[in-house]
Amino acid sequence: MPVESDGDPAAAGTRPAHNLWRLRPYLRPYAAEFAWLLVAGLAGTAAGIAVPLIVQRVVDGPVARHEPAGLLQLGGLALLLGVAEAVLIFIRRWVQSSSAVGMEAALRADVYAHLQRLPTSFHDRWQSGQLLSRITSDLSVIRRFLSFGVFFLVLNLTTYVVVVVLLINLHPALGVLVAASAVPLLLISRRFGRHYHAASRRMQDQQGDVATLVEETAQGLRTMKAYGRGPELAARFAGAARRLHDTGVDKGRLLANTSALLDLVPNVTLGVVLAAGATAAAQGALTIGELVAFVSLQLMLIWPVQSLGWIIANGQEAATAADRIQEVLDTPPEIVDAPGAVDLPRDAVHGRLRFEGVAFSYPGATTAVLREIDLSIEPGETLALVGATGCGKSTLLSLVPRLHEVTAGRITLDGHDLRELRLSSLRRLVGVAFEEPTLFSMSVRENLTLGRPDADDDEVRAALALAQADFAYDLPWGLATRVGEQGLSLSGGQRQRLALARAVLGRPAVLVLDDPLSALDVHTEALVEAALRRVLRDSTALLVVHRPSTIALADRVALLEDGRITATGRHSDLLATVPAYRALLAAEPPAAHPPPAGAGGPSTSPSDGRGLVRS
Amino acid sequence: MSVPKQADPPPEEEPELTRWRGTATDPEADRSRAEDTSPEAVARLRRLSRSLLGDLLRGHWRRLAAAVALLLAQNAAAMAGPYLVMIGIDRAIPPLRAGDPGLLITVAGAFAVASVTEYAARRGFLTLSARIGQAVLLDLRRQVFGHFLRLSVGFHERYTSGRMVSRLTSDLDSIAELVDGGIDSLVLAGLSILSVAAILLWLDPPLAAVTLFAFPFLFSLSRWFARSSASAYRRTRDAVALVIVHFVESMRGIRAVQAFRREPRNQRIFVALGDDYRRTSLHAFRLIATYSPAIKLIGNVTVAVVLCYGGWRVLGGQTEIGVLAAFLLYLRRFFEPMQELSQFYNSLQSATAALEKLAGVLDERPAVAEPTRPAQLPTGPDRGELVFRAVSFGYRADTPILCRLELTVPAGQTVALIGPTGAGKSTIAKLVARFHDPDTGTVQLDGVDLRDVRDADLRRAVVLVTQENHLFSGTVAENIRFGRPGADDAAVQAAARAIGAHDFIAALPDGYATQVHRRGGRLSAGQRQLVAFARAFLADPTVLILDEATSSLDVPTERLVQRALGTILRDRTALVIAHRLSTVETADRVLVLDGGAVVEDGPPAVLAQADGRYAALHRQWRESLI
Repeated sequence: MPVESDGDPAAAGTRPAHNLWRLRPYLRPYAAEFAWLLVAGLAGTAAGIAVPLIVQRVVDGPVARHEPAGLLQLGGLALLLGVAEAVLIFIRRWVQSSSAVGMEAALRADVYAHLQRLPTSFHDRWQSGQLLSRITSDLSVIRRFLSFGVFFLVLNLTTYVVVVVLLINLHPALGVLVAASAVPLLLISRRFGRHYHAASRRMQDQQGDVATLVEETAQGLRTMKAYGRGPELAARFAGAARRLHDTGVDKGRLLANTSALLDLVPNVTLGVVLAAGATAAAQGALTIGELVAFVSLQLMLIWPVQSLGWIIANGQEAATAADRIQEVLDTPPEIVDAPGAVDLPRDAVHGRLRFEGVAFSYPGATTAVLREIDLSIEPGETLALVGATGCGKSTLLSLVPRLHEVTAGRITLDGHDLRELRLSSLRRLVGVAFEEPTLFSMSVRENLTLGRPDADDDEVRAALALAQADFAYDLPWGLATRVGEQGLSLSGGQRQRLALARAVLGRPAVLVLDDPLSALDVHTEALVEAALRRVLRDSTALLVVHRPSTIALADRVALLEDGRITATGRHSDLLATVPAYRALLAAEPPAAHPPPAGAGGPSTSPSDGRGLVRS
Repeated sequence: MSVPKQADPPPEEEPELTRWRGTATDPEADRSRAEDTSPEAVARLRRLSRSLLGDLLRGHWRRLAAAVALLLAQNAAAMAGPYLVMIGIDRAIPPLRAGDPGLLITVAGAFAVASVTEYAARRGFLTLSARIGQAVLLDLRRQVFGHFLRLSVGFHERYTSGRMVSRLTSDLDSIAELVDGGIDSLVLAGLSILSVAAILLWLDPPLAAVTLFAFPFLFSLSRWFARSSASAYRRTRDAVALVIVHFVESMRGIRAVQAFRREPRNQRIFVALGDDYRRTSLHAFRLIATYSPAIKLIGNVTVAVVLCYGGWRVLGGQTEIGVLAAFLLYLRRFFEPMQELSQFYNSLQSATAALEKLAGVLDERPAVAEPTRPAQLPTGPDRGELVFRAVSFGYRADTPILCRLELTVPAGQTVALIGPTGAGKSTIAKLVARFHDPDTGTVQLDGVDLRDVRDADLRRAVVLVTQENHLFSGTVAENIRFGRPGADDAAVQAAARAIGAHDFIAALPDGYATQVHRRGGRLSAGQRQLVAFARAFLADPTVLILDEATSSLDVPTERLVQRALGTILRDRTALVIAHRLSTVETADRVLVLDGGAVVEDGPPAVLAQADGRYAALHRQWRESLI
């Protein structure tokens, strides 16, 4: 179920934070803020550290010497420092929150932009659930780490060092003892980091699996309902959720062990310090005030140490999340503008489309889908592509707008290799309608104008009229009506007509239509056909058709068999000379089959299959 | 967002970047019904989410009790620390000066015991709480997913899959974050605050009284935060759902996006939605950015006051230095968890908002519900009689599709439905498959109202195949087996052979074991239809409904399928919605529908001879054949 990742986990394992480090450009716009953050953070911490020192002065000074005036003075100072600390924290958090979400939004927008550039072959392989979990869960993990984790790591380390220095200053021997407690802390954290790294990657991949399952269930909901397979899907989901649960428990256990250990170390140190400090105080080597300050200062170390577990955990999660995001960002978009690619203005295009020795195989597949395709379509000509189900017709069409890239040979438009044209230019010249009309959850108008928000009302009206899709004006809010998800509130025929309108909008030079009439009902088919005939007159067109009736739209027909063009010519000629073609399109079955056994009834019985037989 | 309150026309001036979504025909499109913005609805939702939380935790009370016990132990051990420091300083040093280390050794020993206890208890507690939290998450995930599956097709069409995905991923993540990040800290912090308060009172009541002055401030501050962050987080949940919906849809339709150069505009929309999410998050984060330092401020002021007052009391001999030291240490333990508490309070608020969304979904009643007292479908031969009795139905109240439709399909009959778009063909199909229930009247199968049939029984009897043939990730064989989960490989292959799908499946890289969503497994629309047919064949229902199910097949394949259907349909009832008259001609009976009513009814041969719509279509079609 999980999509195989193209990243190399071994490489990521050796340099755990490498991919995280690569995200630093997203922090750059906030460099000034980060500087402020650090200043405010350090100043705030300094203010916090100063308070125990004041306590020491209070105990050793005014209290010991019975000076109420000094007490008030020092108390006032403590108050001042306290207020300063709070204000500094406020400033830090306020700044921090805006840079954190700003960075997250920028990264998310970039991942989205990259995904839009990646070719359809990438999207065939990656299910959107895995991608989704990257732009949601993974990004927020990174956000939390880069904004809070890193910051606290720096702050806490600084706090640790400063406090230890102060402690050494107060009492060298005890201070060194506290400093030595860093060694076990380091060892514990290192071991933890290693284990947690693997667990968090597993968790994130499993989150992606769960998202994928949810996504595909949502998509296949009607199929699920039609077969009443809810329980099976629920069981499947429960399995994925259970795996996520198990990893979660594992992670929880790891964190529990480590975090308890990290807690134990400062406690033990405190105990030792207390015993040794009391002894020192008894011997007069330490004043009681110093001892109190020492202990208070040492208590300040508890939080930095305690939080270390969480920070490491967070950091590991962020590192693996960054790996997952870089897997996507590192996938090069294979179909891009070549250097020096040109724009071809619509007016300058005649529309001669040629396939020269074209071959295509899907990435990773061993067998080619298309081989040695040579085809030439003259300006204004309509060529129908005919072939058995699954022979590669749709794949061939997808090569024209370069949704897939030819693996050998070339396709030219007016002599220009398609790869020498700018993608945006090519895709403006080519109008496409897919076998499955994809409609998005947005207004009809937006669905029609997809990439051409500048299309005016007349163009839209013309396209709708052409596709016999005027029903769109009668929807509750007219063209502003949101057609439900994937246009589900519309019938198959309505969706197909909208998709057709989209393809012809703006009169593209080349039309690529994949079975444009398959879902039309008999009533509208004739109308659309007539309208289509008008459009096809002045565009070069490549059609996939299944029905003899639609072939009448084409000037010429090409037969695609097993990834090769085996015959081209006029429909009637091919029908007369090519048996394979006749088998595909003649209304008469190729061989005389007996009527299905048991069809029974009188010879007029309509369910015996002979109703199909036409001459 | 751009959801009109009622059926008002859309406002004239809409920002450019919301207009693209268009106007939903259902004003409830973006929410579950429970999510209204009125105060009563908000309060109700909060109640629902609380009782949901209660339900989720109910099964874990033993573990919860154990966790609380461990927590108390940890807390007690942690609290012992400063007290031991106090004893160490006040009591152990004087005897030590006199050369008696006894008390100090005792104190150190006690300290060691406390530390080890704290370690063990903390470790145990954290492990246990991770277990409870993960179990709750698992339970919640399964509950919500299962409920989504039970909800009717009508609900899903309104709610959209992207939003369902958002609920089951982003919202659950937000709850998981709370579970990971520390229900423990929440409880622990609460506990230590209470126990510190008690210890302070016991140590030095007047000094403690000064401390308690901070409470009203803390309380009102927290109230403010609770209120404002709850609504802020609710907004972030809605905003992230829109981001996810847009993302999922544009990834799913990536071919159209690229072919039509939609990328720049999509990018602008995505950035705008992301920006909206950024703004709502920022607002929520700024609330906590205010709340947390404010708590700190109160704490620091209290420390300063205690320092002065305490010092003064020591001066006056009313208390000892050790007490003051302990007091200040305890205060730290008091306000430090307060800080953490504010942090986790924040996660809690975010998780609560998410939980409310989920509670809203769980509150949604399936419009097509399981019968409370299910009736058995009769068994035996000649089953599959369908009767529509005075059936009226509309997707929306103001536009009826079917109006008091009367229709009887005898068992075993193959009926073709034709008619223009919107005539109600697919609606009839969906009513028989019980995707919806009729508004009035009944649909009966073998004399039993479909409302009284258990879903499992209905699905065994009735199968609907549409042109939208979803393949689930998994192998081709698994997808065919979807029709009858218990079927063995031989049965799966037999079904594929019967429908003419065997050859292409055998030619796939791994044959029947080819993963449909992996490299090389991409099937064409026609191949998917064949798999769907094989699936329906394997399901072997009494009533088969085909809604434009053969539209993407080439002629020989379609013929093969039809021949297979000729065999399959022989002894079962079939409703066929087809756009090709070749298919229609094979039916026993044709119904021409218009405006939700049957306008012509009869065997195709008879209707073709009559002078009606079917005859006209038939003529047209004959002419189109070469």
